[in-house]
Amino acid sequence: MTLFPPKHLLSINDLGAEGIDEVCRLADHFTEVSQRPIPKVPALRGKTVAMMFYEDSTRTRLSFEMAARRLSADVMGFSVSSSSVNKGESVRDTVATISAMGPDAIVVRHRSAGVPHQTTAWTQASVINAGDGWHEHPTQALLDCYTIRERLGSVSGRRIVIVGDIKHSRVARSCVMAFTALGAKVTLVAPPTLLPPAAESWPVDVSSSLDAVLSDCDVVYGLRVQQERQSEALLPSLREYTAQWGLTVDRAARLPAGALVMHPGPVNRGVEIAPEVLDQPNATLNEQVRHGVAVRMAVLYLLLAAAPDLQPEDGVQ
Amino acid sequence: MEAEDIKRATWRMAHEIIERNHGLDGVVIVGLQTGGVWLAEDIVVALDEIEGVKPALGTLDVAFHRDDIGLRPLLPEAPTQIPFNLDNQAVVIVDDVLYTGRTIRAALDALNSYGRPRTVQLAVMVDRGHRELPIRPDYVGKNLPTRRDEMVDAGRDGVDIGEIVK
Amino acid sequence: MSTVIKGGLVVDQTGERTADVVVDDGRIAAIGPDLWGDEILDAAGCVVAPGFVDLHTHLRQPGAEEAETIETGGWAAVRGGFSAVVAMPNTNPPIDCAAVVQEVLVLGSQAPCDVYTSGAITVGRKGDQLAPMAEMAALGVRLFTDDGNGVQDAGLMRRAMEYAAGLGVVLAQHCEVDSLTAGGHMHEGVWSSRLGIPGVPAEAEELMVMRDIALSRFTGAPVHFQHLSTGGSIAMVRAAREAGVAVTAEAATHHFTLTDEACASYDPVFKVNPPLRPAEDRDAVREGLADGAVDAIATDHAPHLPDAKEMPFDQAPPGMLGLETALALALTELELPIAEVVGLLSWRPAAIAGLRGEHGGPIVPDAPANLCVFDPEETWTVDPDNLASRSRNTPYAGRQVRGRVRHTIVGGRAVLVGQEMRP
Repeated sequence: MTLFPPKHLLSINDLGAEGIDEVCRLADHFTEVSQRPIPKVPALRGKTVAMMFYEDSTRTRLSFEMAARRLSADVMGFSVSSSSVNKGESVRDTVATISAMGPDAIVVRHRSAGVPHQTTAWTQASVINAGDGWHEHPTQALLDCYTIRERLGSVSGRRIVIVGDIKHSRVARSCVMAFTALGAKVTLVAPPTLLPPAAESWPVDVSSSLDAVLSDCDVVYGLRVQQERQSEALLPSLREYTAQWGLTVDRAARLPAGALVMHPGPVNRGVEIAPEVLDQPNATLNEQVRHGVAVRMAVLYLLLAAAPDLQPEDGVQ
Repeated sequence: MEAEDIKRATWRMAHEIIERNHGLDGVVIVGLQTGGVWLAEDIVVALDEIEGVKPALGTLDVAFHRDDIGLRPLLPEAPTQIPFNLDNQAVVIVDDVLYTGRTIRAALDALNSYGRPRTVQLAVMVDRGHRELPIRPDYVGKNLPTRRDEMVDAGRDGVDIGEIVK
Repeated sequence: MSTVIKGGLVVDQTGERTADVVVDDGRIAAIGPDLWGDEILDAAGCVVAPGFVDLHTHLRQPGAEEAETIETGGWAAVRGGFSAVVAMPNTNPPIDCAAVVQEVLVLGSQAPCDVYTSGAITVGRKGDQLAPMAEMAALGVRLFTDDGNGVQDAGLMRRAMEYAAGLGVVLAQHCEVDSLTAGGHMHEGVWSSRLGIPGVPAEAEELMVMRDIALSRFTGAPVHFQHLSTGGSIAMVRAAREAGVAVTAEAATHHFTLTDEACASYDPVFKVNPPLRPAEDRDAVREGLADGAVDAIATDHAPHLPDAKEMPFDQAPPGMLGLETALALALTELELPIAEVVGLLSWRPAAIAGLRGEHGGPIVPDAPANLCVFDPEETWTVDPDNLASRSRNTPYAGRQVRGRVRHTIVGGRAVLVGQEMRP
């Protein structure tokens, strides 16, 4: 047991390559748990996980809730529409209120980057970033690593193309860190208006042509392109986007055999990826969602049951 | 105990399992990760040689069911594989050393997730005493009185008793 | 009652000498060896300088008295060695007409330091229509700015400069092009990219600096650039001065002290407009202060309530405190002779604000007694709970700095004595 898990999961950097491997190893165990006739373990009985979602999210929230419940933790829900946030309560006050009820972990989703970081100053609980602005979405990257590992054996040495609106994507930031930490070679492909500033400071290659990199990769990872990018003058039109950067049937046919098609969802069918391509066996979208539960169980277990302040006890046998 | 003693005890326990269950109909063996797996494998080999029937063998890591989660870092060490339903089966849990009984309690808890066995029995190579829960073994290789500050290691090569180094 | 400042090194524009300074009836009565008076202020090991002048103070009154008042801001000023501050007009209501100027001046007359006010260039600082600069100038306003906003419309800025030149007042510009800053909350670069915080490029500032240099050359009217933060801006100002264009510039203490990396904490206390920049820009600001391209150190003292600075980074208002830490940061961070630091804080900003008769002048008999006495060697740790400002948003909490103001004299009255405020 060489692992010293962090108290919080705010960024993929909190884990590093070793931590990502440990999460994947634990997720193997929780995948087995999920396949049991009764897919539930008492590991986090008596622990409470609070969900603080300031932004709409169906899959991430449900996935975290299911993960917590399968670990027998109690789940405390909180959503903007049903809370005093609408009455102007600050994040700090909300965190203080939730913390007063003594949760062991707070899962935070917010449209502003850094809110999970700020939250750590206002609570004793472990804070898990479930997506903050354009910043990070570490559990998404973890489940993507797990999916690639399941399908291709390992992430190390894989050539991964991330295509789409990288500038505004927290998924892209976390995935780039996770994939490169594990030794993958990552290429970002996007119209220059949708690349992050100072992209040259990221540990990646950058290309503006999907066609140029398509035939030489193990994974194509598509990102959602929002309708509003048109009005911000970042894109002339979605039609033009699809023609240049969409994973069309024609482009998918040029992928090497066995190359995976991934997407964090929800997909704009026909914009980022053609519907026919989503139905192909090398498209992993449903697996990604399924793995999300086991990976989030691993994260919750790691943070709440294997905490670094726990002392090993001797004389087990 | 030497390697020969271990082998003899394994065969004796195999005979007892057959006798107690009137054959091997509906008997499945579950070895506890990691110390009990070698013994479970050896018992299955013995059962096969004696009875000509090879019962299903599973492995179980009880980490997620332990009652000391949160008191010390606890990560599962090896895979759990029980690819069969336990409803109405006679499950023999196999471990190397029986001590406080807490691991067995966790195993009983875990087995519930896989169905409702007809009966659950316990086979251990060494019973070293000091039980903290109302649990007793059905098949024992050897009863070995120990002190709490001793450590017992049981393998195919024999049983060692050592001092816990603090 | 006379006050004598004993044993200090007197530093002003004319040079340095060890001397006692006697203050009586609002004026400097005598300067020389072995002088005595009714009250003695110990200045051994200290520098006796003209009181500092801050070209850029947000006093928040009227409108946001919960964050700062003219009185509390005045105390923060004297604790920082400032005998005069120029209030920025982004109050509520904004200082864009004689009535509000009058109110600020009346409130300012009660403050422990001299309070001057700027006036807005445009009505409501909205950038549409010229504010009544003449009626404000008649009340003594010498500096006009829409601070918080830059004047976006080049045509309007041209007219404002022409009009101001006729009044003999100076326009000061907050240089940021809104269409490039929109939605941004920190410097656009490596750190914003990593942190996922929308960025503001350096070019947003530099474009307006470039434009206003051209307009100043065109109209002949002087323009003062506020809180310059990029190497590009400073290079342009340096070149413009060499070409004889009537431009002046200030730099804020945080822009020569901090970098955009500080935003990695996601603590909005590091959010400011213009934003903290990379180390190259910070170094360029230091260079500009050293070689004279930049005239003055300003604080851009911008108090905000704790609630406001506990919001998410992209929702929190920009601005940080500065009055009480300016001298120490200048002495700690800038490797400049003490006399140059004093100049950047006193006579040079006093000249830009048109206050040379009252503040920043030579310490000689009969001059107005606006003085600051500081120990250039004392080290101390910035403690947000030990500030005179009503707000706590200092980005330097826990930072060890060197140089501390001991006494401040405003209009002959010792308002800060041995670091204690004397109401």
